[in-house]
Amino acid sequence: MVKYNVRIMVTEENVKEWLDEVKDPEIPVLSLIDLGVITKIDIHESLVKVAMTPTFVGCPAIDYMKNDIVEVLQKHGVKEVEVDVNFEQSWNSNKITQKGRKALKEFGLAPPPKHVLIVDLDILEHVQCPNCNSTNTELKSPFGPTACRSIHHCFDCKETFEQFKPL
Amino acid sequence: MMTNTEALKELIYKMADDQLILGHRNSEWTGFGPLLEEDIAFSSMAQDKVGQSYALYQILNDLGEGDPDTVAFMRNADQFHNSQLVELPNGEYDFSLVRHFLFDTAEAIRFQMLTNCSHEPLAQLANKIKGELRYHTMHADIWIKQLGRATEESVSKLQDSLDRLIPYAIGVFEPSPMEDQIIEDKIFEGEGKLRQQWEEAILVVKSKTPLNLPYFSLVKPV
Repeated sequence: MVKYNVRIMVTEENVKEWLDEVKDPEIPVLSLIDLGVITKIDIHESLVKVAMTPTFVGCPAIDYMKNDIVEVLQKHGVKEVEVDVNFEQSWNSNKITQKGRKALKEFGLAPPPKHVLIVDLDILEHVQCPNCNSTNTELKSPFGPTACRSIHHCFDCKETFEQFKPL
Repeated sequence: MMTNTEALKELIYKMADDQLILGHRNSEWTGFGPLLEEDIAFSSMAQDKVGQSYALYQILNDLGEGDPDTVAFMRNADQFHNSQLVELPNGEYDFSLVRHFLFDTAEAIRFQMLTNCSHEPLAQLANKIKGELRYHTMHADIWIKQLGRATEESVSKLQDSLDRLIPYAIGVFEPSPMEDQIIEDKIFEGEGKLRQQWEEAILVVKSKTPLNLPYFSLVKPV
């Protein structure tokens, strides 16, 4: 009788798909994949190693995200998970995916404008309002309720709104 | 390339301790800012600074020093390497604002310079931190320019704080006992070079206001 050793191979694609379930705890519409913080996935047999990098160095959500990654991957049958946080490939706001940008806008947070590596902070002055799309807006404060958000005011719809800061 | 680990550690301790202490001072504004946006700004900068100090202590940990939380909170006062500038009590808002302006202008340039550091993890972290600090300097510059030419009272308050703080700010650039080694090993281009660029940057913002600065070369650092 032939005995088959059946082993389900986990692929990088699988892991990415599963990590799409892990959301930024401060912006629950944005997955870690869409946020662009997952920098590397290595698979060695039953061990999956995930490298991630924080959006802001002082982001207090990083430990939550680490735990969520382990939890979700284990739920999908991965035996061993290692999460390494490093700055080898540091995050910038261009790494947020198109899907992520759309989700941010629907959530009421202006997505960060794409930039060419050096952020000219003048772009903060007329951020497009996520509610009415007007650019007749002004920066109220470069600091908001979380490290990654700034506060703006729209002169057209008179709403105060937040932006995911370009970095 | 081999770098001198002791010289590297000395530099990182100094930076991490400055960030940690000023982060805590900034956090004392939480709930007490003169307006809500400033309350949030100083609280956010506190969070950034404490987080950045954690990342620096983590590099020290990788170089054989203690656990970041232990190093941050369990040392005795004489084991801290920070400048006196960051220790000073917050005072009134003008005092905290001027300190924030003088310190963050220096830190933004320091981390820009450190993107060329021969110790790769520090260069990578510096590359990250320099982007975040642009928001801190932007915040400081806006307020110095606005309050620095607003009313007689705001100008005189800023001037008094500047006069008191400049000697302390220059104290930030005290060279390390291993400064030559730090420069030779391409860890950092040195406090002298940083100070020179800092003086230029401070003068650019100051020139938009009627505020006066002393001749930097005549100031005795604290």
